[in-house]
Amino acid sequence: MRMLAILSRLAWRNLWRNHRRTVIMLAAVIIGSWAMIFMTALMRGMVTEMIRDGISALPGHVQVHHPEYRDDPSVANLIPIRDAEIAMRFQAGGFEDWATRVRVPAVITSEYDSRGVTLLGIDPTRERNMTFVDYDEVEGRFLESVDDSGVVIGRKLARTLNTKIGKRIVVMSQDPDNEIADRGFRVVGLFTANIVSFEEAFIFVGKTTAQTMLRIDDQVSELAIQGDDYRDVETIYAKVVELVGDGVEVKRWYELDAYLGTMLKVMDGFLLVWIVVIFLALSFGLVNTLVMAVFERVREIGLMLALGMKPRNILGQIVIESLMLLAIGLAIGTVLAWAAVQPIKDGIDVSIVGEGMDMWGMSSVLYPELILSDVILANVVVLVLGFLASLSPAWRAAHYEPVEAITKV
Amino acid sequence: MTAVRCVDLCKTYYQGEEAIKALDHVSIEIAEGGFVCLSAPSGGGKTTLLNAIGGLDKPDSGEVYIAGRRIDNLSKGELAELRLHRIGFVFQAFNLIPVLTAQENVEFVMQVQGVPAARRGKLALDILEEVGIGGLEDRLPADMSGGQQQRVAVARAIVSQPALVLADEPTANLDSKTADGLMELFRHLNEHHKTTFVIATHDKRVMSYAKRLIRMLDGRIVGDIEQDAA
Repeated sequence: MRMLAILSRLAWRNLWRNHRRTVIMLAAVIIGSWAMIFMTALMRGMVTEMIRDGISALPGHVQVHHPEYRDDPSVANLIPIRDAEIAMRFQAGGFEDWATRVRVPAVITSEYDSRGVTLLGIDPTRERNMTFVDYDEVEGRFLESVDDSGVVIGRKLARTLNTKIGKRIVVMSQDPDNEIADRGFRVVGLFTANIVSFEEAFIFVGKTTAQTMLRIDDQVSELAIQGDDYRDVETIYAKVVELVGDGVEVKRWYELDAYLGTMLKVMDGFLLVWIVVIFLALSFGLVNTLVMAVFERVREIGLMLALGMKPRNILGQIVIESLMLLAIGLAIGTVLAWAAVQPIKDGIDVSIVGEGMDMWGMSSVLYPELILSDVILANVVVLVLGFLASLSPAWRAAHYEPVEAITKV
Repeated sequence: MTAVRCVDLCKTYYQGEEAIKALDHVSIEIAEGGFVCLSAPSGGGKTTLLNAIGGLDKPDSGEVYIAGRRIDNLSKGELAELRLHRIGFVFQAFNLIPVLTAQENVEFVMQVQGVPAARRGKLALDILEEVGIGGLEDRLPADMSGGQQQRVAVARAIVSQPALVLADEPTANLDSKTADGLMELFRHLNEHHKTTFVIATHDKRVMSYAKRLIRMLDGRIVGDIEQDAA
């Protein structure tokens, strides 16, 4: 502690001996750290949106199905627990955002065309906080109850089928006996989705209406539970497993959609690589600055060694000098990155490339996301690598022979 | 009691292919409380001998003892510890750490030794007063004259009362009045604190202050006389 105080004072004052060099290096660290944190926020926001949109297509952070459902998502593989029993268990379990659904493949037909879709029989009240559809943005109206007789389809599907609000369409699927189960519906609403492909993929009807049409009584295909944060689903997963017992399959969102789960891992890895690449560019300047600082102070270092300072203290002084420079640069860079994110945190419209981004499952508005763990990661990586980069010049300084260093011209 | 003992020291430097014998079988003994001048023309070996005594340089052969302890075979860390606690250094030039004030320079060694802040602050101010530069404690080396800087270096060398002070051409960059003042200070410390001084110089005025004068030439001792100091 005593030595730390001496070394810190020497390091701080030495840092400002050559103002110009220090300021230039500091500017490089500030720009580098700003770039790494700001770009991380953009990339994190992009991936988060991608994952959120992806999850919203499921939707639900944890889902329960019949064990065979994921291989054959038909009406033959329904959850072997009655809907009413599920409702009783989950209400008693204190869950808020959960819903059961009928979710089966179907064909929708207008008088002009037909398309394969996923039929979602839902409870519109329970789904409000979970679905990707904003009820208030629906043209016409959204479903009002589980026995609503209308159907809500996507705008794009409506264009494809050449239909509109008020027109009738036919939805056709199979019942558990493999008999055709079909019904005519009147289109009551057209929804819009961030991911345009969702507008063609899903149609919504009331849950009870779907159960009646498919002749499955009080059964459902899917139980979905939404948590507060998609990154932390383990707690609700454990509770759900406990509530539903054996005989069903319980999966987390990243198991249900391996692409999204992998995306999150790839993003974490990519951020680390990005931070390291930026640092490598910075490290050349840092090492050069330290080498020059050591070179200019050879005699002074020799004097300190002659007076009884141990080589490890000299090493410590140079390393502290480097860490001080990085810490100041990182602090300013982090604040600037935070400030740069504030004006655009409500989203940047990237619709000019929206069509292309849609193919990647991304929406046309990019929301930068500055999360603490990314900021900490960037700062820690730079400090650790900075420490390692400064070891070489510091080691060199610590191993001068005092008598040679003092007489160095 | 012997403060310094050197036994058969040899040290050879090479300039290209030319071998220069800086120390050629040098053996000396200096008693505690001694005030010794090593005199030699440039290249005579006095600085090399001083560095060997101070553990700054290792002889090629021979043995060095400080207060009875052999030091030529110590590690870098052990030598640093020895210099920190037992030896004070005054070099010809570049004696001070440029980013520290006069007081901080004097406190530096004590701080590394672990002397509490209040005590070392008082000792530093007292010793700066004693060496005649009281009031300059907040000045950086760049804001002081050569003589003032040298006095700060002396203050730092003696503040923790080492048993041995090694000074290499301490008056080389000083005017005659300042040089005399410095030597008076050395003699005062030698007489009152019983500090052993070994001073390398080729300045006749400095030599006149010594109680013992060791003359060197080409790395060998060619004269060793006791004398009445000026």
